[in-house]
Amino acid sequence: MKRELLAGNNAVGRAAIDAGCQFYAGYPITPQNELTAFMAKNMPANRRVFIQAESELAAINMVFGASAAGARAMTSSSSPGISLKQEGISYLAGAMLPAVIVNVQRGGPGLGNIGPSQSDYFQATRGGGHGDYRTIVLAPSSVEESYTLTYLGFSLADFYRTPVLILSDAITGQMAESVKLTKPDVKKYEIRSKEWALTGCSGRKKRIVRSLFLGRGVLEKRNLQLQQNYRVIEKQEVRSEVYNTQGAEILIVAYGSMFRLAKEIILKLRNKGKKIGGFRPITLWPFPYKRLSLLVSRNKIKKILVIEMSCGQMVEDVKIGVLGRSKIYFYGRTGGEIPAIDEIMEFIKRKKIA
Amino acid sequence: MPDFKRTKSLENVPTHYCPGCGHGIIHRLVAEVVDELDIREKTIGIAPVGCAVLAYDYWNFDVTEAAHGRPLAVATGIKRTRPKNIVFTYQGDGDLAAIGTAETLHAANRGENLTCIFVNNTVYGMTGGQMAPTTMSGQKTATTPFGRHPDKGEGFPLKISEILALLPGVVYVERVAVSTPQRVMSAKKAIKQAFVNQIENKGFSLVEVLSMCPTIWGMSPVHAAEYIETTVIKAFPLGRIK
Repeated sequence: MKRELLAGNNAVGRAAIDAGCQFYAGYPITPQNELTAFMAKNMPANRRVFIQAESELAAINMVFGASAAGARAMTSSSSPGISLKQEGISYLAGAMLPAVIVNVQRGGPGLGNIGPSQSDYFQATRGGGHGDYRTIVLAPSSVEESYTLTYLGFSLADFYRTPVLILSDAITGQMAESVKLTKPDVKKYEIRSKEWALTGCSGRKKRIVRSLFLGRGVLEKRNLQLQQNYRVIEKQEVRSEVYNTQGAEILIVAYGSMFRLAKEIILKLRNKGKKIGGFRPITLWPFPYKRLSLLVSRNKIKKILVIEMSCGQMVEDVKIGVLGRSKIYFYGRTGGEIPAIDEIMEFIKRKKIA
Repeated sequence: MPDFKRTKSLENVPTHYCPGCGHGIIHRLVAEVVDELDIREKTIGIAPVGCAVLAYDYWNFDVTEAAHGRPLAVATGIKRTRPKNIVFTYQGDGDLAAIGTAETLHAANRGENLTCIFVNNTVYGMTGGQMAPTTMSGQKTATTPFGRHPDKGEGFPLKISEILALLPGVVYVERVAVSTPQRVMSAKKAIKQAFVNQIENKGFSLVEVLSMCPTIWGMSPVHAAEYIETTVIKAFPLGRIK
């Protein structure tokens, strides 16, 4: 395939089409509108279903229906809209239905602004809605990865029967890059059929899709079933990237678009002879605690700088991985502001991190 | 006279509904219609939040739950994905006309080829008898202990069927009741029509069924059926609206 210029939001749409997404429902909100427009054009062109829903609630519940009927289904939005979708995400998790939900994060809380942000980390990684559940969270840091992770997301969703969140942001979503799209290998996630899907009970017993479980212990049993699934996901699906960690004693941890800045900073400091490297969680849930922990012990990492476009939400997970073995610093900008490389360099100098 | 046979679309299980509740009758009417149209093996139902969430214990075809108010959004997702299946929602008044008003109105306005069975008993039954959008003026409920007073900010009984009938995407709206044997027969006819419309790809059909809730109304089953005749029908006149 030849290289092309593509924006992150469009790459997500391309991945959905290529992964066989049969149903998309969306609702306008900046900065993800390019994706909805892309789907409006390309879903019908590929004989798939596109619906502009009357609300985020309707969109996620349409996805619930499409998924219950066995279709690969997706919706997308940005932060305030994702808050509205939480009801449906909880129901999807409870009913064990696959779906892909894209969050092109913007500044919050409330209406916030349309600048890039990573302040939905807590919401994304802790379940988001009511009840004891998690969703797989994939965080692309480039346009190319917006494609591969979304494509993978459909396979993971079907394989584990769980909602999968693509946690992008206004930078990754709207930035155009020269890319060469290649489908990730998802052979190991192939499933024979969806033996729970509602297709009409022709030649078989009726099926019920539900998240209501009455009677003593019945709901607990379902919850433990979900937890068992989560333990498998934690074992099988952790993804992360390391960058220049050879001999590194200082580590920058960042995810998504912020890791792009981290790489620049690491290069600058490496050029000055500093022993610094980078670590990027690609799955925010399951968080790569063990990999981070191993890196800290193996390299005897003394200092860790976490960079986020939030007030430090991922820092909590880094602390869990590090367990007090390294000193943890945090630099973040919030409210739709992007940290500049110079100001981070200044912070590193002022705090004598490197 | 044909032999009386067990309805195939109904399970042979005891009911959890209260004595005199209308849900059992309406479940059965839906099941009989599904049998008569020979669509059991391609029917997908959507059960609401409320007493009828357990409808899937009684129906013998594929059913999904939906979040409160969202059945018509869920139904849209199913029907658009599987246009050859017959998809219907079964919803109460709070579900359809309060928390789910937007989903209801917009599914209807898109002219989704769906069948909607709307059960109006003028109260929230499952949660203990609070005011519903369809609670009648003066009607006492747990949250209108002095009777619903539209002039005191409690709103007017919402005639959602009449509103939906205004939409070009809606092909059929009828209000029926299950308070007498004759009315049950008419109700079945209307429900059948609403399914036939979907089979014939006509668009959105809704049947509003006035139903008894003796427990919440604090009446005997017989008295509750009479109450529909004497009172509820006056607030919600029966007949074809569109």
